[in-house]
Parts: sequence; structure tokens; C-alpha cells
Amino acid sequence: MSEKVLMKGNEAIAEAAIRCGCRYFFGYPITPQTELSEYFAKKMPKVGGLCLQAESEVAAINMTMGAAASGTRVITSSSSPGISLKSEGISYIAGCDLPCVIVNVQRGGPGLGGIQPSQADYYQATRGVGHGDLRLLVLAPSSVQEMAQLTSEAFDLADIYRMPAMILADGALGQMMEPVDFGAIPQRKLPSKDWAACGHENKRKKNIVNSLYIEPQELEEIVDRRYERYAKVEEIETRCEEYLTEDADVVLVAFGITARVCKTAVNAARAEGIKAGLIRPITLWPFPKKAIHAAACKAKAMLSVEMSKGQMVDDVRLAVNGKCPVEFYGRTGGMIPTPDAVREKIRAMLAQMKG
Amino acid sequence: MEYLFFSDEKCDILLPYISWEEISMEIGGEKITIICGHFGSGKTNVAVNLALWYKNMHPQADVALADVDIVNPYFRAADAREDLTAAGVRPVIPPFANSNVDIPSLPPELYSLFRADTNTVSFIDVGGDDGAVALGMYAEQIRAVGYNMLYVVSCYRPLTEKPEEAAELMRIIEQASHLKCTGLVNNSSIGAETTAEEIRASLPYAHSCAAACGIPLCFTSYYEALLPGLEIPGEVLFPMKNVTKQMF
Repeated sequence: MSEKVLMKGNEAIAEAAIRCGCRYFFGYPITPQTELSEYFAKKMPKVGGLCLQAESEVAAINMTMGAAASGTRVITSSSSPGISLKSEGISYIAGCDLPCVIVNVQRGGPGLGGIQPSQADYYQATRGVGHGDLRLLVLAPSSVQEMAQLTSEAFDLADIYRMPAMILADGALGQMMEPVDFGAIPQRKLPSKDWAACGHENKRKKNIVNSLYIEPQELEEIVDRRYERYAKVEEIETRCEEYLTEDADVVLVAFGITARVCKTAVNAARAEGIKAGLIRPITLWPFPKKAIHAAACKAKAMLSVEMSKGQMVDDVRLAVNGKCPVEFYGRTGGMIPTPDAVREKIRAMLAQMKG
Repeated sequence: MEYLFFSDEKCDILLPYISWEEISMEIGGEKITIICGHFGSGKTNVAVNLALWYKNMHPQADVALADVDIVNPYFRAADAREDLTAAGVRPVIPPFANSNVDIPSLPPELYSLFRADTNTVSFIDVGGDDGAVALGMYAEQIRAVGYNMLYVVSCYRPLTEKPEEAAELMRIIEQASHLKCTGLVNNSSIGAETTAEEIRASLPYAHSCAAACGIPLCFTSYYEALLPGLEIPGEVLFPMKNVTKQMF
């Protein structure tokens, strides 16, 4: 049989998690990510794992924390409103320095919003998921193959840096089907989990997993040390894809499914003689500031395209730091920008610059 | 040798396949053709293409395509509404399909397709796996009218890549729907990257599936635009148009 299989993005995440040794899933169903838990429900019992539908998202994230504390690989998933519910638990996980993978297959918001795709949880993922000084590793796949690849990568990064990692996908990526090759997914060398609370059998000192520190000075030290690790992540793990940026007058910045729309728009613009290019952040935190700054030094203008009212555009502006104008185009409510509309925006920007 | 298998619950008859015209006659022989399978197996494409093909063969017939999917939020028969209407096939689509809410309601016209005196030839696109439970409430009427139920499989779908798994899933669908599958459709594909090689490689799987499920293999479907004029000796092929919504 062929090495490639045809999968929904949601299924690819689940299969990738199982293949890289994750045996615990805790979740609560919500469209458009439910195939993920459905896949785990069918497959986990066959590999000796556990798929548990919790009574709520709040319970699921706390079960995830418990499993992570024991040193095992664990994953939870939800869609936008469910991630809001999980945010307290995510803060505790970050405060306990626990590795785990959290999947957000975004849908329209705020509130109950809708079930169609969205990218409006960018702020939440990169800034505001849970209270306190904390960061999540945020990975943004843009194909079903990447849903699998980045899930594997998220587990490795979470283990290496002892922090929660989020896959920030959207309903379109979760639902669409593409071929996936699981043979092509590399795995990293990992540190041992000597911090895990997994039973010391009187052979070693007990490990305590905790986010409460009685003395403020001690808490400050812990947070400072955590931020040293975050700095290392920013230095080493920032990733993006550049497409035709070398000579580009207009550089688009887009992630996830929107980056695919933009790639089509860039090709169409190039076909009519407009030098357009695209930077696709693969890690949203750490954000590819250097690549975007470098592009801004050569380009006439930048354009952030998102399925939101404009969130990542703030990070683009910070990275560009005034080197060139930064514009925004977005759709919201579950609408996906069309390549034609993006190309139209590029044309309008160039016309304005000439005028 | 291929067989096209039509059954009602009283009497199972194996009919050797001769031509598509015959399939047309047989499908017309039963008023209801149900298309079921694992989610992502390509049921919707098969259902829509069968309805279009039947209407093309029988321009005078009243042909309907019903979307009875209570599972899939995005990609579904509702996307093909314009294609169907243009070809004269009546789409029977749930009121909230492709909207921003997740309401598993079914269209009221569905009842008319299952009436004992119906003149409509209908193709019913059922939601994946246990989504077939939605069909169960009509099972009695459907059995009374007479039906074919085609089970769509793909060897490139991870949870049904072994024939035993496909057979197990078929039984789950049969239990949920209170209806029996009567024929197998091999819709093995890896999407836009599918080559003739993938289709050929799927055939042993398709035949093993048919044996494991205890139903005959009706045909192997493929996207005509990808593989124009595909021919495989000894196999019945069904060329299809891809009606899945393309987002970019």
C-alpha cells in the first residue's frame, strides 16, 4: 500500500501524537475539532493508551496537567470557546513547568461565535492564555502534512523546554483532507524527565510539581529562570517560510490557511508583474521578528492578512519598527479571504504609493 | 467477475454486472440509493456524481440528492447545490448546512422521498460512521419502498485501511441505520495527488473488502479530471467530477 494516507487535519494531529509516543488524550467535544477526539477514541485503546472525554474543558486541562506531571506525553484539544475555559489550567501548567500539547482548531468568535474557521485567537495564544508572566510555544501549521509534522515538533519542543506548546490551527485545516506521509517526520534528541512525579520507590528524592511559591523573592527567581528559557527558545526555535521575498516590493505576512490564500495571491500578482512575496510564520511565538524586519528594510510596504480584525499585524508592526508602511487585510466571522481580494488589496496599496 | 448486488431483506439476488446501462436500470429499479461510509471516504462526491449521472441517463426522471449528514460541519453535499440544480437534480439540503451553527436537523422534504407512492429516484448522502443513525428513524419506510445501500471505502483512509476494519465499520453503520449494505464502492484516493498507480494499488484491497463485508464490489470511482480516460481491464470504473468545495 502507498506510504501516503488521506486524512483530515484533525486526524493527522491525532495520528502524529500517537506515533510520537503520546498515550493520553483528555478533551471535550467541540466543532470543528471533534474528529480529533473521535480518532483518539478509536485508536488509543488499540495502542494501550487512554482517550477520556472529560466532563468539561476545565476538567480536561487539569487531567492533562496531572498526566504531564507524571512525565508522560499528553495532549488536549479544543476550539476557541473551549480554550478560553482551559486558560486557567494552561497558566497552572506553565507555572509548574510541565510539557504538554494543546490544540486549538479555531472557530469564529467572540462568545459562542460560529463553527466556521477563524484566526482570531492569535492574541489569546501569543499573549493572553492564562494569567501571569508566561509564554506558550505556538506553532501554526498550514497543511495537513504540517498538522502532523508540527504536532510531533510541539511534543519535542515542550519536552526540551519544559513548557506547554500549542498547535494553533483553524477549522479549515482541521476539516480539509490532504495526503500525509508519516514516514517523513523527524524527531529530536530529548532530555530525560528527572523532574517527573512518577513514584520514587524510596530510591531518589521526591519530586514536587507545583506553581505556588510562598516567598515572593523565590517566585521572582523562578519566573526569571523561566524567562531565561523563553529567551533561548526565541533565539533557537523561531521558524518561518519565505516565499519570493528576495526582490519583493510588497511582502505579505500570513500564517496557517491564510498563508495558502496569500501564496495564490502572490503568484497571481507576480503574473501581472507585481513583485509580491510572502513570509509565513511557522512559530507565532517565538515570532519571526528578524526575518520580517529584514524584509521590511528592502520592501516598499508590508501587508498582514488574517482571519481576524487584525491581531498579528501588531507583531508585524513591532518587527518592522517603522521601516516601511504596514497595512492589514482581514475577514472575520468564519469567512476566508479570497486570493482575488488579497491581490486587489496589493494593487490598491501600490496605486496609493504611486499616487 | 464483478457483481452488482441488489437486495431487499426478503431475497438477496446477485446480478452479474454487464454495463453501466444495466446499473442504471437496476438503480432505477430501486427508488432509493443510500451512499454511506467512513467520514472522509468520499461519500458526498460519489453520491452527487451518481445523482448527476443518473439524471443524465434518464432526463425525464425526478431525481433528488438528499444530504442526510448530521456530522460534517464544512464539506458536504450542500456545496454542490448549484451543480445539482443546473443539471435538474433536486437538492434536499438541511436548513442549517454550511451555516455558522451546528444544528443536526434534517430537511422535512426527506419524508416525501420515503413515501410508499414516491416517484422520485433519490440518492441519499449519509453522514460518516455513526452519523448513519439519522437514517435509522426512516428505516421502516425505506425498507418498504426498496433500496440499495452502497458502502464507500478507501484504502488510503487510516481507520479503514485494513479490510477487517472496513467490515467492522460497515457493521457499525448497519446497526446505526437499521439497514443492510448491498454493494461496495472503492473510492480509494489521496486527493489531488492521486495517480493511476494509487487506483491500481487499491484494487486488491477493494476486492478483499468486498469479501470481508460479504457484499459485491460495484465499481471503483476516480476523478476524471486527474486521470482522463482511465481504463483498468476487468474493473468497472466510475469517472467523477470533484464537487468538494475548494477554499484557495
